[in-house]
Amino acid sequence: MAKSIDVSDLDIYYGDFLAVQGVNMHVRARSVTAFIGPSGCGKSTVLRSLNRMHEVIPGARVEGKVTVDGQSLYDSAIDPVAVRRQIGMVFQRPNPFPTMSIYENVLAGNRLNAKKMKKSEADDIVERSLKGANLWNEVKDRLAKPGMGLSGGQQQRLCIARAIAVEPQVLLMDEPCSALDPISTSAIEDLIHELKSDYTIVIVTHNMQQAARVSDETGFFNLKAAGQPGHLVEFNSTQKMFANPDNEATEAYISGRFG
Amino acid sequence: MTTAIQEPAPQLEERARTTRVGDAVFSRTALGAALLVVALLAGVAIFLFIQGLPALDAHGEQAYGKSSVWTLVGPLLFGTVLSALLAMIIVTPLAIGLALVISHYAPRRLAKPVGYLVDLLAAVPSVVFGLWGIAVLAPRLTPFYEWLNSWFGWIPLFDGPVSGSGRTLLTASVVLALMALPIVTAILREIFAQTPTMHQEAALALGATRWEMIRLAVLPYARSGIVAALLLGLGRALGETMAVAMVLSATGAIISFDVISSANSNTIAASIANNYANAAGLKINVLIFAGLALFVLTFAVNFLGRWVATRGQVKA
Repeated sequence: MAKSIDVSDLDIYYGDFLAVQGVNMHVRARSVTAFIGPSGCGKSTVLRSLNRMHEVIPGARVEGKVTVDGQSLYDSAIDPVAVRRQIGMVFQRPNPFPTMSIYENVLAGNRLNAKKMKKSEADDIVERSLKGANLWNEVKDRLAKPGMGLSGGQQQRLCIARAIAVEPQVLLMDEPCSALDPISTSAIEDLIHELKSDYTIVIVTHNMQQAARVSDETGFFNLKAAGQPGHLVEFNSTQKMFANPDNEATEAYISGRFG
Repeated sequence: MTTAIQEPAPQLEERARTTRVGDAVFSRTALGAALLVVALLAGVAIFLFIQGLPALDAHGEQAYGKSSVWTLVGPLLFGTVLSALLAMIIVTPLAIGLALVISHYAPRRLAKPVGYLVDLLAAVPSVVFGLWGIAVLAPRLTPFYEWLNSWFGWIPLFDGPVSGSGRTLLTASVVLALMALPIVTAILREIFAQTPTMHQEAALALGATRWEMIRLAVLPYARSGIVAALLLGLGRALGETMAVAMVLSATGAIISFDVISSANSNTIAASIANNYANAAGLKINVLIFAGLALFVLTFAVNFLGRWVATRGQVKA
């Protein structure tokens, strides 16, 4: 189920503006890869290009290659909708559908695939996904209540449950804890550890301790200079990145000398 | 230098005083304008009540051949509501579709001009709509009415016989729909455009197509807004006078569900416009009473629309 991602010579544009230049990396299957770097360096942009979500913004486009287990995502025959069904995404702010119950929120993606589901089948998916997101025990007695009634951390785990309900190959997380308190953050981090055994996870984070705690590999993004496009400075195992990085700029950033 | 430093104090005070005067003038003017609106509305209501109530005694000739003012106003009210409802049935899918195209489907280059064009439709005077309805729309709709009659004649709405001129209640409703289209579309497009990006992205990231995204994120978010926009449009369709008075060849105050025949129930507004010039004595009161009925109806519809809109805001 989990797949690896290869990125080669990726340039990302917003209209004429080159936002990110020349990204090359290999994301291993069943591992957690963290993107770190100062604000505006393009790490979220790169993340969103991995499931073609950045195209939602008018004028945004990509040059270069992204392949998931050898299949090019930007092939002209590939439908972005199909890509997003394979590669799930969790956003910075929890975004359950406000008019739907907890139950319906979990199933939203499955319902899109338009398969007719039996009630028992749907119940199974909801239970499995909510258990997978460590939320089942907290909500099992109020599945019919609106998803917006949960706390922020619970909402974020509901969004993770919604993303894994469709059994994606890859899970992208765009600063999933930045709107959460430390306890909820810790719950999500534990969850990321567990999800690693089934999914390939890529996470953008502003919190370097978090990157150190959850990830196997880390990519450090930075701007070459103000007004210049962002680029990938270093991509290495997290252990090496935080102990003995190859690049001076990485060390400066991680040790807090800038950013 | 020392004087220069001491100088600002009185200047500041003077500035503060003028701002305070400006503040007071502005707040009084605004209050006055607000009160004026309330007074005008109350004045209209009082006028309608005082001048309309004597009509309760009218019958026979004075009530345009009806036994009482109720049997006159009732059918007119029926015609008003029927034509406005038909107009809303036509305008609902049209306006939702158009607003979605402008807010979500069309590229920005195209969306803007289309939006302007729809807004321009609101600037067309209703007399022009009326002329267009008689000269262009009515003759072209007649074959369509015949088709409706031969296939759907079993529905009371399309009973026939089909009017030869095409100046039927349904034609009037089509014109009303076009006239209500700009305001309904403008409101809907604003509401659709306000859908939070995070909900739209939530749907897209799950692999929703654009239509699925609209169904998952945009329409649920806009639900109460859609109802409110349609009710405001309905208010406009209910009160529209000139176009209906011109397009509709009305038989008078009759209750007829047949919307494609030449025997049509008139609407209140058109009936007042047609009859007022020749009215005298109690007949004037009768027409004013009809106006009062329309006033109450549109007031209620508008009120309902705003109530739904605010209720939706609180929930979201």
